Amino acid sequence: MAQKIYSRPKSLMPMPSGFCPGCLHPLATKLIADAIDELGQNNNAVHVLPVGCSALNLMYWRGDMLGAAHGRAPAAATGFKRSAPDRLVFAYQGDGDLAAIGLAEIMSAANRGENFTVFFANNSTYGMTGGQMAPTTLIGQKTSTTKYGRDAETTGFPMRMCEIISTLDAPYYVARFALNAPKGVNQAKKGIKKALQYQLEGKGFTFVELLTNCPTTWGMTPLQSLDYMETNTIPYFIPGVYKDKGEKA
Amino acid sequence: MNVHINTLLCKGCAFCVKYCPKKILEMGTERNKKGHFFVITTDEEKCTSCAICAAMCPEAAIEITKEDSNG
Ligand SMILES: Cc1ncc(C[n+]2csc(CCOP(=O)(O)OP(=O)(O)O)c2C)c(N)n1
Ligand code: SF4
Ligand code: SF4
Ligand code: SF4
Ligand SMILES: [Mg+2]
Repeated sequence: MAQKIYSRPKSLMPMPSGFCPGCLHPLATKLIADAIDELGQNNNAVHVLPVGCSALNLMYWRGDMLGAAHGRAPAAATGFKRSAPDRLVFAYQGDGDLAAIGLAEIMSAANRGENFTVFFANNSTYGMTGGQMAPTTLIGQKTSTTKYGRDAETTGFPMRMCEIISTLDAPYYVARFALNAPKGVNQAKKGIKKALQYQLEGKGFTFVELLTNCPTTWGMTPLQSLDYMETNTIPYFIPGVYKDKGEKA
Repeated sequence: MNVHINTLLCKGCAFCVKYCPKKILEMGTERNKKGHFFVITTDEEKCTSCAICAAMCPEAAIEITKEDSNG
């Protein structure tokens, strides 16, 4: 008899995703679905959708979903979780959504220590609208609004959300993982599960940043985008666990 | 047969090809219904069921099994 080693998770629809070939959004989504399977939370999870490419999960995720206005996923998640505290609530937000238009919402929810989880897919651009500069765009990175590469003189420096959020007192777990290679993917899977587990235990706010790509607007092949992440994204957005109150005890 | 590729879901990104430690995956020359080239196995006998290909597949197009030693 053949034993199952890996099977497609239950929270994904049995059809291709709407994302571009080589996009890491569906990989991040798959890891969340894997964790939800392992925790047996398929019927209890609530996926809060942002505005951005990750909203393509509307047609791909199998389970309860809630659509939020641009940047407001943490506010919507706050309301939902407070009124239904037994549900496993997570927001999945892009970097334009979370670090630009939604900066106030994420900071406030994190500071209040709301008991839900935010997955932050950082691909250092506004993928959905054609690849404009985001607060997380790297210095020197070419986007449709930084033709010669981002220049700190005029647009400041890329914002490191894990570092910023981990300075707040309330958050319980804050970590960053890179999805461009198996090692980071395996660590991400564990971190995602840990964050959701903490939420189930009522520990408070958990935040997992996932470094992703946008091969389409970066103007690269999927494989080139993985190398770009290794040489450019990871040295600036250093993966690691920035806060884990559960480990201190 | 331990590598099960759902060719309808594959988008030909080649992440699995890049990371298979045994180098037994490669891009095929046929396209699926969506127009994407899909990945094929070359020497499946060498597969160790490590599932690295499945872990790296953004589309969850690969499922992995392992034969029990007693067959
Ligand atoms: C209020 C409002 N402003 C602007 C937009 C246009 N818009 C759609 S997606 C997006 C940026 C998304 O970027 P990000 O969150 O990084 O997601 P990605 O597509 O890169 O995953 C913007 C500005 C909008 N839909 N609503
Ligand atoms: S535009 Fe970029 S972020 Fe959006 S689906 Fe395509 S590759 Fe992914
Ligand atoms: S399970 Fe491991 S050895 Fe087998 S095809 Fe996948 S990556 Fe290669
Ligand atoms: S990683 Fe998945 S989508 Fe990409 S080529 Fe391999 S099977 Fe196809
Ligand atoms: Mg983005």
